[in-house]
Amino acid sequence: MPLLQVEDLRVHFRTKDGLVRAVNGVSYELEEGDILGIVGESGCGKSVSALALLRLIPEPPGEIAGGHAYFEGQDLLALKRKELYGIRGRKIAMIFQDPMTSLNPVMPIGEQVAEAIWVNSSVSRREARRRAIEVLAQVGVPAPAERYKDYPHQFSGGMRQRVMIAMAISCQPRLLIADEPTTALDVTIQAQIVELVKRLQRELGMAVIWITHDLGLVARVARRICVMYAGRIVEIGPIKEVFSRPQHPYTLGLLASVPRGRTGRRQPLRHIEGAPPDMISLPPGCAFQPRCQFCAEECLQEEPSLVALGDGHLAACHRLGRLPVEALAPKVAS
Amino acid sequence: MDTNGAYILRVEDLKKYFPLRRGLLGRGIAHVKAVDGISFAVRRGEILGWVGESGCGKSTLGRTVLQLERPTSGKVFFDGQDLTQLGGEQLRRLRTKMQIIFQNPYSSLNPRMPIGRALIEPMVVHGIARGKQAQERAIELLQLVGLNPYFINRFPSEFSGGQRQRIGIARALALNPSFIVCDEPISSLDVSIQAQIINLLQRLQQQLGLTYLFISHDLRMVQHISDRIGVMYLGKLVEIGPTEEMVHHALHPYTQALWEAVPIPDPEVEEKRQVAILEGDVPTAANPPSGCRFHTRCPYVMPVCREEEPALVELAPGHFAACHLHKR
Ligand SMILES: Nc1ncnc2c1ncn2[C@@H]1O[C@H](COP(=O)(O)OP(=O)(O)O)[C@@H](O)[C@H]1O
Ligand SMILES: Nc1ncnc2c1ncn2[C@@H]1O[C@H](COP(=O)(O)OP(=O)(O)O)[C@@H](O)[C@H]1O
Ligand SMILES: [Mg+2]
Ligand SMILES: [Mg+2]
Repeated sequence: MPLLQVEDLRVHFRTKDGLVRAVNGVSYELEEGDILGIVGESGCGKSVSALALLRLIPEPPGEIAGGHAYFEGQDLLALKRKELYGIRGRKIAMIFQDPMTSLNPVMPIGEQVAEAIWVNSSVSRREARRRAIEVLAQVGVPAPAERYKDYPHQFSGGMRQRVMIAMAISCQPRLLIADEPTTALDVTIQAQIVELVKRLQRELGMAVIWITHDLGLVARVARRICVMYAGRIVEIGPIKEVFSRPQHPYTLGLLASVPRGRTGRRQPLRHIEGAPPDMISLPPGCAFQPRCQFCAEECLQEEPSLVALGDGHLAACHRLGRLPVEALAPKVAS
Repeated sequence: MDTNGAYILRVEDLKKYFPLRRGLLGRGIAHVKAVDGISFAVRRGEILGWVGESGCGKSTLGRTVLQLERPTSGKVFFDGQDLTQLGGEQLRRLRTKMQIIFQNPYSSLNPRMPIGRALIEPMVVHGIARGKQAQERAIELLQLVGLNPYFINRFPSEFSGGQRQRIGIARALALNPSFIVCDEPISSLDVSIQAQIINLLQRLQQQLGLTYLFISHDLRMVQHISDRIGVMYLGKLVEIGPTEEMVHHALHPYTQALWEAVPIPDPEVEEKRQVAILEGDVPTAANPPSGCRFHTRCPYVMPVCREEEPALVELAPGHFAACHLHKR
């Protein structure tokens, strides 16, 4: 049995402009200890689909409109709020792009970590404190005993993210959800955080869902990749397989639009025309259809569903197997 | 350095310090040395990429070069004239030749002004065109950046992020500039849109013979678009050279660390890659380390690095670095 099994997840937001189908029938599985990268353009539903698992969607305007999310056999979406406390922070932890939204600005960081440990396990205050220092050291906060009493603003962005990670892993969760945790960080600091999470993932054997819009980063972090577009999964599979043999025109377009060294002086990048759709009035048929260079009549009629292609690789496109092959090979250079 | 017109811009020992209030009793004024003695030149028709971590002074450099902020000291020669010595009308006239494109075009567009008027206004103000002629030129500009002129009377809010950046680019082009500072022009855009804008900038550069100072923290994109690359660290230019050299034969340990840190969009490559992680945090610009500013994070630090600031020297043709490891 997979650690997490998401089935037909739907999340809506009622806004003054209309109904936003932020997550529109998302299904995937995650095995113990696996690392799934979720990519897609901003607004495609990456964060909402993850927040929904922990029922962290603001209601209203949000609403989980359907689906299941089985975690260790229990449907997270059907649990009572109280039952969720046993899971949130203990078995599933989450880190975000901006640690300041989750850290208390007027509480010393050591105490915040100790508090998280104390709340989530049955240890004494003293033991929680000792463990907090230990876990801060584990995530690479220098001199954690001395810095225990320091406040968040006394830390750099990278160090605050380490503190967040310390809180997240303090109870040895089975699943860590990382929502763009390095997007705001400089590239050298990003590399530090990525290595840290990868090391902790190995040490603790936890599964990770890593959300990012950076295709380079997902190649570094993930073992499987899930590509989202307009609230749906358009392709999912083992990362090497998807990168070397992308099947959905959107995945193909994304992979082709990232620069890979110089493809000769002044060679234009391949790019996808147009812009992501308005989530309130999605186009008929396949949501990617208005931007798709391979669009055919059938694509305007019906929404394609995910088709299994073997080895856990799935894609949702009416024209699977009928796309011009040369177009499927991203240009590769040095 | 030759001055016979091959270089459109020459910057000499440029400094921009911002005063900093420290405490109530702070004696003497402390400064953030955002740009601290930078010299380089930009060739006519090239794209000079400019990278470095946030807060290292890239935007300040761009703005100070254009005299949108006056430098603390140093010289900026544009077409042979020292901009720092010019004022009023003279500077205003030269400024039409130098434009800037921002990360967030929305903040530089007036939300209550239709985009057509946003394009026409600078033409009228600078006496480049008026009336019907300006209107026609606005239409041309929209076509040039790939926007339908049909939308000329719409407001900025009616456009997507990528389209707004196109409007920002059209506006920068309205006065027929020869030099454009692109300050993170794609940073707030989605991946699929970034490539569109990069292709557009590249096409315009070729079509109109433009010169860019292309500031970005996206190293791969900078590698893709630039003829040469400059690397900044805490207000200093630490290395500059031709793109291929900077990518494959970087001399400064900081430049090397940057390339090391950037993930490669290929899982097969990443799997085999042993990334040498640069430890430590970026020091604050208000209180930079002594000697070489990079010494606190440098894996090759030597005693001299703590004491003495290394000078930028030419180590290979057109390839300059400021590092004690490389003594000529
Ligand atoms: N609180 C909210 N109210 C209304 N709409 C929301 C809210 N949160 C998210 N959305 C909408 O849901 C969609 C998906 O958002 P999100 O999951 O945050 O995207 P991303 O892929 O960038 O993480 C977007 O179109 C967004 O506008
Ligand atoms: N107007 C200003 N007043 C005071 N400090 C400033 C001002 N503008 C920039 N700085 C400081 O100068 C340094 C460089 O900033 P900036 O040029 O914006 O860097 P970058 O564009 O590389 O991120 C930073 O430490 C920043 O806080
Ligand atoms: Mg998000
Ligand atoms: Mg900047």
